[in-house]
Order: sequence, then C-alpha cells, then structure tokens
Amino acid sequence: MATRATAAPAVDERLLRANPVRKLLVRPEMGALVGAIAVWLYFAIVAGNRGFLTAFGTSTYLEVSAQLGILATTVALLMIGGEFDLSIGSTLGATGMIAAILSTTYNWNLWAAMIVALVFALVVGALNGLVVVMTNLPSFITTLATLFIIRGATIGFTRRITGLTQVGGIADVPGFSVANKLFGSRIPVGSGTYPVSILWWIGITVLATWLLLRTPFGNWIFGVGGSIQAARNVGVPTNTVKIALYMMTAFSAWLVAMIQLVLTTGTDVLRGSNQELYAIIAVVIGGTLLTGGYGSAIGAALGSLIYGMVRQGIFFAGYDSDWFQVVVGAMLLIAVLINEFVRQRAAGARR
Amino acid sequence: MQTTTPAPLIAVENVSRYFGQVVAIKDITMSVNAGEVMCLLGDNGAGKSTLIKLLSGVYRPSEGRILVDGTEVRFASPRDALTMGIATVYQDLAMIPLMSIARNFFLGSEPTKWVPPFRRFDVKRADRITREELAKMGIQVRDTSQPVGTLSGGERQSVAIARAVYFGARVLILDEPTAALGVKEAGVVLRYIAQARARGLGVIFITHNVHHAYPIGDRFTLLNRGRSYGTFAKSEVTREEVVSMMAGGEELEALGHELEEMARQDRDNAAALATAGREFTAEARDIERDAEDRTEPTA
Ligand SMILES: Nc1ncnc2c1ncn2[C@@H]1O[C@H](COP(=O)(O)OP(=O)(O)O)[C@@H](O)[C@H]1O
Ligand SMILES: [Mg+2]
Repeated sequence: MATRATAAPAVDERLLRANPVRKLLVRPEMGALVGAIAVWLYFAIVAGNRGFLTAFGTSTYLEVSAQLGILATTVALLMIGGEFDLSIGSTLGATGMIAAILSTTYNWNLWAAMIVALVFALVVGALNGLVVVMTNLPSFITTLATLFIIRGATIGFTRRITGLTQVGGIADVPGFSVANKLFGSRIPVGSGTYPVSILWWIGITVLATWLLLRTPFGNWIFGVGGSIQAARNVGVPTNTVKIALYMMTAFSAWLVAMIQLVLTTGTDVLRGSNQELYAIIAVVIGGTLLTGGYGSAIGAALGSLIYGMVRQGIFFAGYDSDWFQVVVGAMLLIAVLINEFVRQRAAGARR
Repeated sequence: MQTTTPAPLIAVENVSRYFGQVVAIKDITMSVNAGEVMCLLGDNGAGKSTLIKLLSGVYRPSEGRILVDGTEVRFASPRDALTMGIATVYQDLAMIPLMSIARNFFLGSEPTKWVPPFRRFDVKRADRITREELAKMGIQVRDTSQPVGTLSGGERQSVAIARAVYFGARVLILDEPTAALGVKEAGVVLRYIAQARARGLGVIFITHNVHHAYPIGDRFTLLNRGRSYGTFAKSEVTREEVVSMMAGGEELEALGHELEEMARQDRDNAAALATAGREFTAEARDIERDAEDRTEPTA
C-alpha cells in the first residue's frame, strides 16, 4: 500500500498542454515532410503530363535523391553532434579515383581496390575527427582545409599516374559484375525499374534513425551537439563520438563513390564537387540545426528527396535549369527560418 | 589508531591549483561527511568552482592530496569521480536544453536491453525511472519527453539533483544551484538539498548567498581570493560573522557606504519625483478646468 503512493504519481492536469498535435509540430522533420508533399504536388501539376509522374520520371528523381541522401544521412548525424564535414565531396572524388586507378592501371580485382578506397576513407574520417577534438578549432575550417588537400592531391596523383583527369573502363575489370549487382543494378517494381541505390539510401536512413533514437550512442550524439561540456561532465566519451561520426560521413562518401563508379564505369578528378554543400542543405531542410543538438536522419532523407524532385522537376517542367540554384537557395533560407522558430519552441522561452 | 568516527567521504589536504601565473586556489583543506551539508562560501572569483572541479575530476591539483574514504585518489576524468560516487551539478551546465528530460537524466548512463551488437537504449524504462525518481523527490513533470529547456531554472537543478541521487551519488556537489533563481525557486532547490542530506549523502553546496547557505548548512568553509579562512560549524558562527568574513571587513564597510550613498540618491530622486508629480497633478487639474469652461456654454 505504501508503495502505491510513490509508484504512480497522479496525472497532472497540465498534461493537457502538451497535446499530440503540438508534439508532432515540434518533430524536426515535420517541415521537410510538408515541403516534400508541396514540391511533389507542384511538379505533379506543372509537369505531370510531361513525364514527372511516370515510373521513369520517379526513378530519375529518386536516383538523384538517393545519392545525395546517403551522404546527407550521416552528415545529419555529424551536424546533430555539432560539427561540419566539408571534405566529403573531395573524399568521394578521391575514393572513386583510388578504386578506378588500382583496378584499371594496376589491374587489381575491383573488390580489393574498393576495400583499399574504403580504408582510405575511414582514415580520412578519423583524421578529420582527431584534428577537431585535439585542436578544438571549428570543423568548418579544418574540413575546408581537408577539402582542398584531398581534391588537390586527387588531381595531382591522377595526372602523375595516368597522365589524364579521367579514368574509364571499369566495366572490363575482374569483380565488376558482382559490384554492378550491388551498386549499379536496377530493380523492377510495377511498370518501371528503380536503381538499387534507393535501397542503400533507405537502409542507411533506417540504420541512422535507429542509431540516433534507440541506442546509447545516439543519445551521446545529441548530448555532444547540445553541450559538449555537459556531456563530458556526465561521462560521455565525447572524442570517440566525434571521431566515429567523421568516419561515418567518410563511409557514405565512399559508398556514393562506388555507386557512381559502377554506374558510369569510370570517374574523373572533379567528381563529388559541391556535394558537401548540397548535403548540408538537405540536412538543414530536414530540420537539423546548424548549431547542433537537434535534428533527424529522416529529415535529411526528406531534404534529399526535395532536392531530387526540384532538380529533376525543373527539367521535366521545361524550365531553364539555371533556376534550380535559386530555388535551392530560397528553400534553404526558408528552412533555416523555420528551424530557428522550432528551436526556440523546443528550447523554451523560459530560462 | 582506534578511530571510531569514519573517515570523511571526501577530503582535500593542502591543495593548490595554478593556471599558468594565476593562483586560483592556494593551500585549501576541507572535508565532507555523510549526512551533512558543507557550504562553500566566497565572493566571485574566490576559487569555489576551481576547488570543486578538483573534487569532480575536471582538473588535477597542482599541489596537495584528495582523499576518498581516507585513501588518496587521483581522478583522471569526471568519469572516475562519478564511479566513486562523487556527482556534480554544474552552475550552467547541469542539463542540455534541447534534449528531453528522460534523455538528459540518463545521458552517459543509458539503460539498455538486448545483446550487442543490437544493444539498444531502453527508452521506455528510461521514461519510467525518470518519472519515478522525480516523483520521489516530489517533482511532478508533465511529460518526460519534453525538452529540458521548457523547465524553469529551479526545476532543472532539481532534475539534476534527482539524477545524481539515483545514480548512487554519495557526495553531491552543487555549484551555485540557486544563483540564477528567484526566492521561491531557490527554496525548492534548498528543499532537495535537505532531502539529499536526509538520505545520507554528503552535500557540498556552493554559493555566494549567505541567506541561502546559513539555514541549510551544517558547516561552512569560507574562501577569499583563493585562500581559506577555515571551516566553521554552525554553532561556532553567526550569520553576521559569516557575512563579514565573506566580504572581508573593510570591503564590507565600503559596501555599506556605497549602499548608503545609493539610498541617499534614491531619497533625493524620490523627493524630486514627488515634486514633479505634484506639479503634473496641478497642471492636469488646470487643463480639466479649462476644458469644463469651454464646454459649459454649449451644454
Ligand atoms: N581555466 C582557468 N584558467 C585561468 N584562470 C582561471 C581558470 N579557472 C579559474 N581561473 C581563475 O581562478 C580564479 C577563481 O575562479 P573560480 O574558481 O571560477 O571562482 P568562483 O567560482 O569562486 O567565482 C579566478 O581569478 C579565475 O579567473
Ligand atoms: Mg563559479
């Protein structure tokens, strides 16, 4: 009888204030979900009879979304953890080139080449993380440096080894057919076929969401991004968390590089340029705060979906593709404003 | 060697801490026993935060020893101190505003279920325990998934205290938990401190507000510019003595003069305001009368 009194506190009448609708509104990805529906509706109306709604149209924008989405999901985790990674575009270019040169110029099995590229990516990620945790410098600057170093080195080494800036002929190297199945095949669904990269995208998004919301590591990510000092004080291994996050972004850069390598059966030294910026944009449109501590992997997936739909929708609608950047910039601005509003609601006006 | 009294839960002996040229604290000796509230008092910059950061494993002493249960220890990190039952609630860093109450409560010590690599954060259990533990401290929360930022300052401190108690703290260190709080909120936090003491914890309560410290403290250690004036039991000092030691006699006198000067200025201002007020009233009456004069003929 005595335990009864302490075990179940009486239901507080103030509970009414946190009604389910408002709870839904403060989910980080709500804005992106509404945005994705609005963008789809818009292009369904203006480009619905020009191919946007066909299976082919859908698969083209989903393919664009998938490749960006694989990057954006891990970038979202990193940004929730309070850091940036501007080097992933360069890492994407470098890992694709490493696999291409090893398999064509040096006749390696494509799988061995891909694994070496993966190790390279993970080392780059770990180094990015180490620099950030050891120097405490803003990662915006340190990874900007890595961006240039890796891109420059990729161009330099490629020129020196091959004399060219492009490498092709991946389709002829041993190991290609399995790699093609894994990264480049198309899956028939209904009346059309869809690239397998969509499955990678969904898989990574699910995994990242599970990691973020259902594991201790996920809680540490929020903690590290929310207040690194507070997280450290309660015993969160903050350095390990950050380094692991950088290795994850590098991993997704590698994965996208392999997908693109197989799809185009080659690569060039500039591949992946600007992808780091588009990934950040997708993440922010997905409701993740630039200041860390708040956001979602599903939001990043929705942000990538919006990006893909706009990019391909403009093409289907027959608009000049120059307008794409204007639209992306405008959406970014709107998203930042909404996020700021949501953050203030979530953090509470009270102190 | 037949001591009947148990060794203090935690003690420091002649510790000093330097930051380059800066002497933050010098030659401090202090101890805390189970079931007592030790108040660490001192003005801003006296070295209170530095001292407790030594106890909680954030810094290592430049000189001197730290003893837990009578044995010397070296904390390599806050984690080390935590495992020995020394929990600290920091001034502004008690909680992460954007995270939910339950996630904050278990940050760094998440309850899990399943086996690796599928080990997962048991969100349900975290929610339930958080709710129960807060209820035990008499804190009712609307919803443990609401962000901590939506709580008031006092509630946040209280949640942090409940967390420390739940995770088996034997020593609870509170760095100015009442500094940013209103009178009523501070009262709430003081009540949780009393509860923690009743549960047998040793509490180190840091403040520069004697009115918060004196009612709840059992012993008082006074710091001034990095040095200790010593530790006093409540029976040995009066509130006024504590106040004058905290500020240093001369400084207190200077402060007194300053306050008197401010009061005098206030009086002068009040007088001026009163005069102005009277003039305004008179003016208003004139205007009113004029208006009445004008309206009369048409009425
Ligand atoms: N990390 C640090 N580096 C240099 N000086 C410090 C550092 N931490 C504290 N100090 C100095 O030590 C003195 C005591 O500070 P602190 O312990 O924060 O005082 P309190 O908490 O009593 O206000 C101050 O003069 C402060 O400037
Ligand atoms: Mg302080």
